[in-house]
Amino acid sequence: MKNLDPVFKALADESRRGLLDRLRARNGQTLGELCERQDMTRQAVSKHLMILEEANLVVTVKRGREKLHYLNPVPIHAIAERWIGKYEGHRLQALSDLKANLEKRSGEA
Amino acid sequence: MSKPSFVYVTYIQTTPEAVWNALRDPEMTKDYWGRHRNVSDWTTGSAWRHEDYDDASLVRIAGTVLESNPPHRLVLTWASPEKKDDPAKRSRVTFDIEPFMGEVRLTVTHEDLDDEMLRGVSAGWPAILSSLKTLLETGKAMPMTQKRWPGKS
Repeated sequence: MKNLDPVFKALADESRRGLLDRLRARNGQTLGELCERQDMTRQAVSKHLMILEEANLVVTVKRGREKLHYLNPVPIHAIAERWIGKYEGHRLQALSDLKANLEKRSGEA
Repeated sequence: MSKPSFVYVTYIQTTPEAVWNALRDPEMTKDYWGRHRNVSDWTTGSAWRHEDYDDASLVRIAGTVLESNPPHRLVLTWASPEKKDDPAKRSRVTFDIEPFMGEVRLTVTHEDLDDEMLRGVSAGWPAILSSLKTLLETGKAMPMTQKRWPGKS
């Protein structure tokens, strides 16, 4: 599978992963919305978004005068499929559910 | 124009015609779309349905073809069969198939989803699209999408 380098490079940065998290929480945000409550400058956010777009992790849609940003998980899915076989998939899902549950409980305690 | 709920993009080393055919060919959808098929005459205004490959009585999704422009654009309404006449429960899916630097850029846009349908959709599309890419590029879909998915009975 080719063209995965840009995906790994784009993911190798905490700020960019943070932007993906924000889109995961609320898809279809403008640059302005993504800049709210951020320590980064607008220019920095814009540059990170460009790198995410080049990696096809973020796609944009024009709606009127607005440019909306969407999280595109298809390349991440391709990475997961490459190294996770069909049987491991179920086990790993069970493990990641367990981890999420335990962490949620310890967070509540 | 409504704000899309999801926008998915995948680049596939193939032709627009091959992608267009893959959306309709039951022998292909059964492998990359969880052993289901899409049935319609694919003309604007016609009905379409997404049903079990082995049992046509099991219709999962039903709707109308809003726009059919082979091999570039297909727009469908999308709803549970029992709710397809309720506008509030009807969403809309657009497939845009464009040549892009020797490859094909396939964009799937899902609009007007209510919260109930949102979860299922967000889980399904990335798997279907990455398997479609694998099938068109290698001739073999991913194992995970060749069988019915748990929970979808």
